[in-house]
Amino acid sequence: MQRPVAIMNRMFTALAILAVLGVTTTKRAHADALIVDLSNHLVAITTGFTGTDVLLFGAVQSEGDVIVTVKGPDQDMVVRRKERKVGIWVNSESATFRNVPAYYTSASNRPMEIIANMQLYSDYRIGLEHQRFVTEIDDKDRNSSHYRDALLRNMRAAGLFNKRPAKISFLSNQLFRTDIHFPANTPTGTYTINVYLIRDGKIASVKTTPLVVSKTGVSAAVYDFAHRYSALYGIIAVIIAIIAGWIASVAFRKR
Amino acid sequence: MQIYLPIAEMSVNIFLILGLGGGVGFLSGLFGVGGGFLITPLLIFYGIPPAVSVATAANQIVASSVSGVFAHWRRGNVDLRMGLVLLAGGIVGSTIGVWVFAWLRSLGQIDLVISLCYVIFLGIIGGMMLIEASRAIFRTRRRGGQIRRTKKHQHSYVHGLPFKMRFYRSGLYISALLPLMIGFFVGLLTALMGVGGGFVMVPAMIYLLGMPTSVVIGTSLFQIIFVTANVTFLQAVQTQTVDVALAILLLIGGVIGAQFGARFGSNLKAEHLRALLGLLVMSVCLKLLFDLVITPTELYSIAPGNL
Repeated sequence: MQRPVAIMNRMFTALAILAVLGVTTTKRAHADALIVDLSNHLVAITTGFTGTDVLLFGAVQSEGDVIVTVKGPDQDMVVRRKERKVGIWVNSESATFRNVPAYYTSASNRPMEIIANMQLYSDYRIGLEHQRFVTEIDDKDRNSSHYRDALLRNMRAAGLFNKRPAKISFLSNQLFRTDIHFPANTPTGTYTINVYLIRDGKIASVKTTPLVVSKTGVSAAVYDFAHRYSALYGIIAVIIAIIAGWIASVAFRKR
Repeated sequence: MQIYLPIAEMSVNIFLILGLGGGVGFLSGLFGVGGGFLITPLLIFYGIPPAVSVATAANQIVASSVSGVFAHWRRGNVDLRMGLVLLAGGIVGSTIGVWVFAWLRSLGQIDLVISLCYVIFLGIIGGMMLIEASRAIFRTRRRGGQIRRTKKHQHSYVHGLPFKMRFYRSGLYISALLPLMIGFFVGLLTALMGVGGGFVMVPAMIYLLGMPTSVVIGTSLFQIIFVTANVTFLQAVQTQTVDVALAILLLIGGVIGAQFGARFGSNLKAEHLRALLGLLVMSVCLKLLFDLVITPTELYSIAPGNL
């Protein structure tokens, strides 16, 4: 686990470098330059993992608004609706959503609706409400928006979608930063982070940077082994249990 | 202190899981039961996915049964022949059970079936225990501890079945079909509920098969080892839901807890113990039933679609 002090130190060093870079680039590049980096491009899920924050920081050449979106790998999700049958609640109808990001958060320096109009967000699919999923539904009574809302609600409750955009803070007119939170149940995979510089309601610049979330150490090895050599894993699990049981019986034998 | 479980893919409090194993271990030492029927619901209450809870509990029961069987084996309290017949049924039952488990999981109904199985079985067993224990307490108060005698050889429809076998340790000459069927049924329960099934097996051996009580526990433990091992293996292969890290934590807690439980238990009267266990079983049952009946705050649930 990284100490906050270490992160802060690194961040300021990096920002100083960025600021210098920013100044030098002004002279040859246009005014829309946008520079972004992360405190860490790898989120390692180790045995002690309880969630972590990744610091995103950057610099803009001239004033503008910044929006950050973090999108996890796509997956298919089934949403099931419970219904009361003979007194108990049973899963009944369901809908399947294709290409749902396993994680999605956004951040902005001002409320998104002030920065630009909905059309822009819709065109560029910025924000949760503008994500489009392929939907297969087998429920005659409810339309897909019930299921879509339920999907977003459940993902938010699990901490994998954010409830409202996080805050991007500007340290000066040029330097900005925001923390991206990854909860303990963060799915693994390659994440895409898009940073948009918006000026006068139009996108002036975009920067994309990847972030990898992967299991490392013992838990990664165990998970990998369990899925790749599942039969061997099963046998080892049984052998461990037998040995443990035998040790227990020897250790606590009644004389 | 938090630990990330590799298969459950969640972070849990290590001391809470150790405590859970220890608490159930204490109760199993106290009451002389396996404790699988408490471990699985408690893991589910804690938030471990039901599928992982069931498969991992089976793995943990392998260990607790192994540690228990040695003492019975040394005293010759294992009817090997009966154990093998029960086991044959158990292997078939648990294999079908794991297959049914994977099928129900793909339908999104496994959580419901696990809960329903628990409500039904805990309700029946807990209710019977409470009735029996309260009668025993009432009777000992009135007549000063008279024990009801049962006939050793009762002839019933059981003795009319074909494929008779001689079970020397149990002193029985009965059809192999009945133990096969009992083994099959308990094997199904092991796969679906993550229990050893001792709470069904032991009464069935005594009342249906007429086995002497001295060999019942040892023989039951003997076959539980292999049936739970089979379930562990098949769940690992088919659903990848066996969490070895979680099983080891439960095991450590369980082994230590059982030692304290066994010592504490000798200070209590048997019928009081049974009444307490009955109350405990009934409260777990009612909690599960309550969760099924009460209107959930969230009517929709989500799961990755590639199951």
